[in-house]
Amino acid sequence: MYSQGLIGADGATEETEEFLAAFQARIDREEKIEPNDPMPEGYRKTLVRQIGQHAHSEIVGMLPEGNWITRAPSLRRKAALLAKVQDEGGHGLYLYSAAETLGVTREQMTEELLSGKAKYSSIFNYPTPTWADMGTIGWLVDGAAIMNQIPLCRCSYGPYARAMIRVCKEESFHQRQGYELLISLCNGTKEQKEMAQDSINRWWWPSLMMFGPHDAESSHSEQSMKWKIKRFSNDELRQKFIDATIPQAEYLGLTVPDPDLKWNPEKNNGKGGYDHGEINWDEFWQVVKGHGQMNRDRIKARKKAWNDGEWVRDAALAHAEKRAARKTQQAAE
Amino acid sequence: MSQALFNALLELGDDHLILGHRVSEWCGHAPLLEEDLAMPNMALDNIGASRNIYTYAGEVEGKGRDEDQLAYLRLDREYKNCLLVERPNEDFAHTMLKQLYFAAFMEPYWQAALSSTDETIRGIAGKAVKEMAYHIRHAGEWVIRLGDGTDESAKRMQAAVEEMTPYVEELFTMSADAKACAEKGILPDREALRAQWSQTISNIFDQALLDLPEVKFPQLGGRTGHHGEEMGFLLAQLQYVQRAYPGMSW
Repeated sequence: MYSQGLIGADGATEETEEFLAAFQARIDREEKIEPNDPMPEGYRKTLVRQIGQHAHSEIVGMLPEGNWITRAPSLRRKAALLAKVQDEGGHGLYLYSAAETLGVTREQMTEELLSGKAKYSSIFNYPTPTWADMGTIGWLVDGAAIMNQIPLCRCSYGPYARAMIRVCKEESFHQRQGYELLISLCNGTKEQKEMAQDSINRWWWPSLMMFGPHDAESSHSEQSMKWKIKRFSNDELRQKFIDATIPQAEYLGLTVPDPDLKWNPEKNNGKGGYDHGEINWDEFWQVVKGHGQMNRDRIKARKKAWNDGEWVRDAALAHAEKRAARKTQQAAE
Repeated sequence: MSQALFNALLELGDDHLILGHRVSEWCGHAPLLEEDLAMPNMALDNIGASRNIYTYAGEVEGKGRDEDQLAYLRLDREYKNCLLVERPNEDFAHTMLKQLYFAAFMEPYWQAALSSTDETIRGIAGKAVKEMAYHIRHAGEWVIRLGDGTDESAKRMQAAVEEMTPYVEELFTMSADAKACAEKGILPDREALRAQWSQTISNIFDQALLDLPEVKFPQLGGRTGHHGEEMGFLLAQLQYVQRAYPGMSW
């Protein structure tokens, strides 16, 4: 999944012009920046923030889908869903590790998530009331994530770019799996098809919001583009997503809830593309600022898992210390 | 024979499905991220084994029921899982101990089933035996860490031992169906696995500084469909979509 990691990113740097120019020259030569390389503080901070928020999105993203594991309607679907949610946790783990190469610990990042200081993708603050949502999340949400993440495979920061290669492969599998789930519903009964349509009606706009604000409103994008953390603008990626997705919806026999959606042959330099209606940005900012339907529940669930698990983590640490002490004692004897 | 084998397979399939269901409840809520990955793994192993077992049970029965019809569309009294696996997760100590108790039984069970007279059983056992060895290792390491960790973890671990141990006996109990299958060499004799189970557990408990209590009043009933109160809620979740939208493909 993708996080709107650049919202409010602080790219300020205090390094000398010479240092910054040398760094920019490396970026322009498409050299990968590695953990021990010199880098502007603003570059490091921007990445810590973006990778951390991306990791948090994976972890919080386990909740809306985890909601259906015990209720999955067949054993095959149950196994696939379990494996998928497990993959999301795995993505969180690689991403936390990638962020740790920049000098921040997983514990620090977790505390920032739980205190509300660090954000995660707005999409996970919507509920998953029906089974069809498991298909829609795979198709639209993972589809939007892939659109965002494919360019991140070429991100200038080596550990992040490499993590993204594996993540994208798995996300692409999830997207096909989600789409296949929806095909089953659309080939099924009237109730199943209605369940699928209702789900798309709820997830379409939030999925478009995953690409972040319009370019004109996205204040920190320019520096990130220059540093090649980001390669395409929010609006470019959103347009690509819409153009790729509408034919897939048509194949399912489903519609997206946008009366203004229209094919425009002039768009994309004459290649054609879809014009779409205006996104409800008030809703977007409301959710980003913590007032979506599920924001409080998501953080509450993460806090509960973290707090209830404290004694387990303490015990693991205490046991490891006891073992190490016994070893030292044995060696001394 | 086919009726006895069918019933004995349901005992096995239900044990794996219901335990898999319980451990899957942790996914996304574990004490640390590594366990958020490990627990779905164990759930997948258990649910995967149940799929193989139900599919074979459906073939043995010969009425055209598939894995989902057997997993989802029976009434509570028709589930034959032992009471141990349906017990609620409680805390991480209870969950890991339940996983260990079950795996310490199933590993030698599948080991013995590798020489079954039935080819399909040998196939299922070949895959499951490796998974159960891993579950013993994973859950066993946690039981040791928690038993010999902090005062709180030791207290919680011992409480889990007191609470879960009375449910162990049912793993060894032979139903008439299980006996009939054991006599033909199709499925292992459960009774014969006591020594191996005790050996595995006492090795782990020695390191975990835990005592295995003597059980005067074992809790039995699952094999005859006499489940606890929590089982109805588990089935309500498991069966929800299949019951609300009957006869559809998913």
